[in-house]
Amino acid sequence: MTTDGTADETKEATTPSAAPGRRATAEAMATKQRDISVSEFFTKNRHLLGFDNPAKALLTTVKEAVDNALDACEEAGIAPSIEVQIDEVSEGRYRVRVEDNGPGIVKEQIPKIFAKLLYGSKFHRLRQSRGQQGIGISAAGMYGQLTTGRPVVVVSKIGEGRPAWRLEVRIDARTNNPEVLNKDRDKTVPWEKDHGTAVEIELTGLYRAGRTSVDAYLEQTVVANPHLELKYKPPRGASSHWPRVADTLPPEAQEIKPHPHGVELGMLIKILHEAGARTVHQTLVEEFSRVTDAVATELCQRAGVDPAMLAPKMDGPQIEALHGVMVSSQAVLPPLRRFATRLAKSERTLRDEMLDEGSGFSQGLADGVARRAEIEPTAKAKLVTPAQIEKLYASLAQSQVKILPPPATCVVPVGEELIIGGLKRRFKAEFFAAHTRPPAVYRGNPFVVEAGIAFGGELAKDEAADLLRFANRVPLLYQPRACGITEAVLKVDWKSYGLQQRKGELPVGPLAIFVHLASVWVPFTSEAKEAVAHYDEIVKEIRAALMECGRKLGTFVKAKDAERWELERKTLFEKYIRELATSIHAITGVAEQKVAEDFQAAMTKHVHLPTRAPAGEGGVSGAPAAIEASEASEEARSPSDLPPAQGEDTAAETDEGSAAEAARDDSDDAPASVTSVAPIKAPKAPRMGDGDDEEQMSFGFGSGSAFEDVTPNKTRRYTRPAASAGAAKKATVRDAAKHSDRT
Amino acid sequence: MDERDEKTLKKITDLAYQALVSARMGKNPSLEIPVRALSNVNFDEEARVIRMGESKQSRAFFHFKQAKAYMQTFLIAERCKKLIEAGATTSIRDIYYDAKHTIGNTKENTFDEQAESDPIIEDLEVTIDALREELHLRAENKGAMVGPMTVRDTGDEIDLRRMGSGGWSVPSIVEENRIQFRSHEAEYVLFVEKGAVWQRLNEDRYWKTNRCMLIHGGGMAARGTRRLLRRMHEELNLPVYVVTDNDPWGFYIYSVIKQGSINLAYESMRMAVPRARFLGISSFDADRFNLKSNVSIALTDEDEKRAEQLLKYDWFKDRRWQDEINRMKKTEKKYEIEALSSLGIRFITEEYLPHKIKSRLWLD
Repeated sequence: MTTDGTADETKEATTPSAAPGRRATAEAMATKQRDISVSEFFTKNRHLLGFDNPAKALLTTVKEAVDNALDACEEAGIAPSIEVQIDEVSEGRYRVRVEDNGPGIVKEQIPKIFAKLLYGSKFHRLRQSRGQQGIGISAAGMYGQLTTGRPVVVVSKIGEGRPAWRLEVRIDARTNNPEVLNKDRDKTVPWEKDHGTAVEIELTGLYRAGRTSVDAYLEQTVVANPHLELKYKPPRGASSHWPRVADTLPPEAQEIKPHPHGVELGMLIKILHEAGARTVHQTLVEEFSRVTDAVATELCQRAGVDPAMLAPKMDGPQIEALHGVMVSSQAVLPPLRRFATRLAKSERTLRDEMLDEGSGFSQGLADGVARRAEIEPTAKAKLVTPAQIEKLYASLAQSQVKILPPPATCVVPVGEELIIGGLKRRFKAEFFAAHTRPPAVYRGNPFVVEAGIAFGGELAKDEAADLLRFANRVPLLYQPRACGITEAVLKVDWKSYGLQQRKGELPVGPLAIFVHLASVWVPFTSEAKEAVAHYDEIVKEIRAALMECGRKLGTFVKAKDAERWELERKTLFEKYIRELATSIHAITGVAEQKVAEDFQAAMTKHVHLPTRAPAGEGGVSGAPAAIEASEASEEARSPSDLPPAQGEDTAAETDEGSAAEAARDDSDDAPASVTSVAPIKAPKAPRMGDGDDEEQMSFGFGSGSAFEDVTPNKTRRYTRPAASAGAAKKATVRDAAKHSDRT
Repeated sequence: MDERDEKTLKKITDLAYQALVSARMGKNPSLEIPVRALSNVNFDEEARVIRMGESKQSRAFFHFKQAKAYMQTFLIAERCKKLIEAGATTSIRDIYYDAKHTIGNTKENTFDEQAESDPIIEDLEVTIDALREELHLRAENKGAMVGPMTVRDTGDEIDLRRMGSGGWSVPSIVEENRIQFRSHEAEYVLFVEKGAVWQRLNEDRYWKTNRCMLIHGGGMAARGTRRLLRRMHEELNLPVYVVTDNDPWGFYIYSVIKQGSINLAYESMRMAVPRARFLGISSFDADRFNLKSNVSIALTDEDEKRAEQLLKYDWFKDRRWQDEINRMKKTEKKYEIEALSSLGIRFITEEYLPHKIKSRLWLD
């Protein structure tokens, strides 16, 4: 997160005052001590923000501008239409222009947003959004300024009849303050748009093709954002235009209060200091999510803090103790047996093993837990006895306060139907499938994982699958090998779905894999936000989503193979019948045509033939069914911008659902069901509160309240409150359907 | 067209009608083909020949893997019918080319190589119980014969005493209607595996000195050669001696002449010479004639395997044959006939063969 911010703070806080007898006096040093401007910090550490090299700088600039535009449009409830234009001004020098139809920015704010680092609206709240740190776009502007000396040009208009302003802004790298350069800043400019923002940055860069190109980024953005209309004019080659495939915006993610698990010490200090006349207890209950009276009392008790004391009066050690207790409750040890096996093989210390990525331990906590279990944290892991390991678990349980995970209303998945829509915009494939998992939690952070696949058609047959990774709808282009998403993809046994795969590698075949991780706080491996960290819970969820898609794919591939096989057989017999008829005619004198007819008639009794028309008259059957299924529903939606009448919708879904079920039932008897296997579009759930809740209730999920402990290691599933529509419910309904299948 | 031809024609026509009727009745048209494999042969101890068993395999048309072979069988049958009607014979290579064409508008051929059509012909023979010559098919001439005999070959008188160095090429079809034996002064028939050895013997006029018919098969004896041996043995009462290389393959060539082959077990009765005698080269000859070890060849793994198989065949179960084969295995050596030349260029003509026959040093 805010390396820059915290770095700043800590540097300031830890600068020691000079001791007597040193080469410099405190006073002398004081003259040199000053704020380290984040802007200065950036110029020295630009790689941290994705400006390591010219190619990446160009991509990051486009990415930050587009992400900002998308976030702004969505927040304002506007279906985004974005135009990206990149011109090569001179060799190695590019002008990036990103224009949106968003709400616009009030004139006074423009300089700060585009020319002041760490300024923004998103950092201060906990909600799923693309950008977070308020650093991206101004960093891009700053990079442009550093490499070309040109200011950022912004044009913005906030509504019909309102003036459009054009500002040239620059960042003062020393003070991190914006400067407006153009003299005509107060003159309105003509702009036919009702509202929107256009930003223009000139920078040194490198435009090239490939996995990490601007083109790849935009193409993938289009996949994950079906509601986005994008026009793109690259520096070379033809322009592209992707019209939107979803007319409705994704539901707005709800803002939540911080959860005790995820709180940073700095934030806790700030919250407590600004608590005014409230007690610690009161502040905890009111400012954090999932902190009840009982939880607050327990937290204080364990931290040795008087719950009744005024929050701003807490001193450093007290706050630290409280923080320790709060975050400790997220620490997780692996299941006992697995952990014991791991320790037995380990060459490291117990502490190191406990601090493993994803465990949620801080060193202090690990040491504390170990000592309470009477084990020295620096002991060799393999020397820890099973009895000691058990004590360790007991000790951990003792030091934790049980706190519910935060509500999942803050996480908005793309949704199965729209993933398929998005994939279709990008890939000309035969088969599409998608699956959205119910929300789950890692270290107290709710997240939703979705997977989608496109298969066959024009996808390359002999190459490794194309893996598209997304975090909060933002494509991740770099570091695929370091990414937890990739790990999950590799862990799936794709062979069982009819693809080729070598151990530890991506499957080979005409396949594109889409994985989206939506979360309030996506755990990246580094500040550059290039790869998702390897959390067990997340990897497990991704794998489950992929396997669900894989199963659908497997059915399709099998059905297709069976069908191809049948067709092959049919044509084989037909061509031999012709030969046979000639010979038998020559031998017996019976008319050739008659012989052929007799054999053809017999063929129907002995050869199992596909029910559909043979290939060649419009491709392999089965595949069109997949496409038809979704296109039909798109047509139903698109003519009027309104969702179809609820009744119709539900009825249609029911039909489809039963067809799919029928297909499942018949699946052993392949050919008959070949054409109906394909309904990849998952049945849509009826909206909650429409009187259709019974089905869900029967499966044990209350509407929007309960959560359910499904695994011992704290992965929890729960439905979301009624307000947040979408995938969670779909999954629930489908699960319910499966459930009823079984019973 | 003679009676025999008419019978064959009827067999072919019946086969086609059967197929047609099956199809018309909605059945899966199938050919019942006697199995031509070791599993379906048994050794007739009485007649001392290999006979084909009763098991048949069904070749159905509506079967993904059998359809093509089924269709091919009729392609061949159609052509045989035409040959019989035209009173012509043709080689199995010709019929392969005749039946080979591209199927419809595909890229697939009816036959891709002769190796594909040859077994189909054999299938047809066994299925309708007709001999290859009855189908008006012949193989290439293979093997040659000389000796004190006059034959009539499709009307031409041929004096086999005056055949120069090449000899009379043995036709593929040697049935009585084509080849008739006239006068002869032969006392036995000597079959040698290889043309080269045959040439040595012919050059030395072995057949003249020893009053025998000298014939070779150019390796494994073809059906024409085998049928001719059988006829000379049966009709002229001549004993048949066989000389092959000393290796498992040579032994097998002898056994085919003697008891018939697994593949063509149905022909055994008219081709086998159950009393044919194996003159050599025997594994014991090395000691017997003091062959130097440097003229031997080491047994290969493949030879060993083949020897193992021979040991298991019923018609090699005779103790002396078991000894013979085991001796070869034990010494791990094999000898070509030509190895005898190390003892002198005319050794085979002047000493080896006369000595072996005189001393009755043969196996049977």
